[in-house]
Amino acid sequence: MMNKTINQKAWYFVIPVFILVAFNAAIPLMTVVNYSFQETFGNNVFAWEGTRWFKQILLSERFHAALGRQFAFTFIILLIQIPLGIAIALTMPKKGWGVPVCLILMSMPLLIPWNVVGAMWNIFALPDIGFLGHTLNSVGFDYNFTQQPGDAWFTTILMDVWHWTSLVVLLSYAGLNSIQPAYYQAAEIDGASRWATFRYIELPKMKKVLTLAILLRFMDSFMIYTEPFVLTGGGPGNTTAFLSIDLVKMALGQFDLGPAAAMSLIYFFIVLLVCWVFYNLMMKNEAQS
Amino acid sequence: MKKYKWLVPTLYIIFLMLPIYWLINMSFKTTTEIINTYSLWPQKFTTENYVKIFTDSTWYMGYVNSIAYTVFNTIISVAAALPAAYAFSRYKFLGDKHLFFWLLTNRMAPPAVFALPFFQFYSSVNLFDTHIAVALSHCLFNIPLAVWILEGFMSAVPKELDETAYVDGYSFGRFFFKIFVPTIAAGIGITMFFCFMFSWVELLLAKTLTATEAKPIAATMTRTASTSGYELGLLAAAGTLTIIPGAIVIYFVKNYIAKGFAMGRV
Repeated sequence: MMNKTINQKAWYFVIPVFILVAFNAAIPLMTVVNYSFQETFGNNVFAWEGTRWFKQILLSERFHAALGRQFAFTFIILLIQIPLGIAIALTMPKKGWGVPVCLILMSMPLLIPWNVVGAMWNIFALPDIGFLGHTLNSVGFDYNFTQQPGDAWFTTILMDVWHWTSLVVLLSYAGLNSIQPAYYQAAEIDGASRWATFRYIELPKMKKVLTLAILLRFMDSFMIYTEPFVLTGGGPGNTTAFLSIDLVKMALGQFDLGPAAAMSLIYFFIVLLVCWVFYNLMMKNEAQS
Repeated sequence: MKKYKWLVPTLYIIFLMLPIYWLINMSFKTTTEIINTYSLWPQKFTTENYVKIFTDSTWYMGYVNSIAYTVFNTIISVAAALPAAYAFSRYKFLGDKHLFFWLLTNRMAPPAVFALPFFQFYSSVNLFDTHIAVALSHCLFNIPLAVWILEGFMSAVPKELDETAYVDGYSFGRFFFKIFVPTIAAGIGITMFFCFMFSWVELLLAKTLTATEAKPIAATMTRTASTSGYELGLLAAAGTLTIIPGAIVIYFVKNYIAKGFAMGRV
């Protein structure tokens, strides 16, 4: 940690960022807050509703169901992507021509527009003309992600693993690269097993980047909208309608602005709460190292 | 066991490439062929999907629009984030920690929450359907990100560099642009890469804030799909083309990606 000098004039440097973000975040957020306490009748006629929408959302089964699906999805995603990402980073080449090849190919999914990811997986998984769907059906599985909820979940999760595992790989790989060779030599002299090397040398060194990986994956999977929207449209039924999909349906589809705004705020609050915990954990880690 | 280590990344890369291959495969087929026959490669190889995209202005303008607001956003984000990140990395000031966390919370805000208010806000200031509206709205998550990455890189530069320069008689401006910026050039490159990436892949806000004039390619794709039935071949070709700018950008930063992720704490 660098010892920083106290200088209030540093605020001048922050002003452009402050204005741009405030312009983008505060004004729209205040609009949402505004709607969340009122009833709209169109033509800018509003009536004060107090906390009615908040109560309605918090008690509604629709919200509970969407929240449940969202947590289940995020939990499964983290459970698969984090260990898989670490495993791939550990087995990746450390030098030679393999490094740029791996890095370039693995970064590819990260740079594809999200709706293209959804569309790509849609045609990849279609039971009749998609490679995945066709292959699964021809080896005897009754697979159809547009009809069966289980298959829809399987496809959505597989798509997200495809899309984002590379982020965990890149972060872990960067963490591994920062380990001095001397550590490995010491481990070898001590006759440490592969597992012991991982547990006591590699894992502690990756702690910082892994916290970050979990934080980022939590945030982004919790906000997921475009990919499942294009892939399944939230269906069949509502089985893959995660929070954002449900919210957009309510706000732009049904134009229930009050409840949608209340839901937005509750939603945002949950993300903030979890991220705040992670952020503090991360800062504590950093202060230690 | 060590002998088979290469299998894991190889299998992973094959898994990553399969859907991409399938998309490219489809893009060289006619829509009739896609619907009627299942084949691992095009039976009647055609480039007509691509020809259509490059000759029809509603299609190729989508690319121009997407690239325009993405580049615009990258420039604004990095330019604004540079001084701010410097302040965060070098100085303590009133509310600095809270401000930093507040910035990050915007990276955590679900775009779905902001879609409707953004639409109303940008309409009311007459910026609806312009590149600048999309570029500005993407600042919501790209500026916090840029500040965060740049701060990581700047903190890695010892403060002695600043002090020596001042002793040598450099003014702040000259020091910043002549010495400091070149020192963290790699960091700036990485930051631009991430800003480009997140602006390029985002669709919800870009679609909400545009109608015709600044419509991104990704939105063109969804609309064509719904109006003229499913033109799968065309859709696949358009999708394939959206992968190219990303691939070019990756190629340029490949040596910095891993390092940048760790240092910049992305």
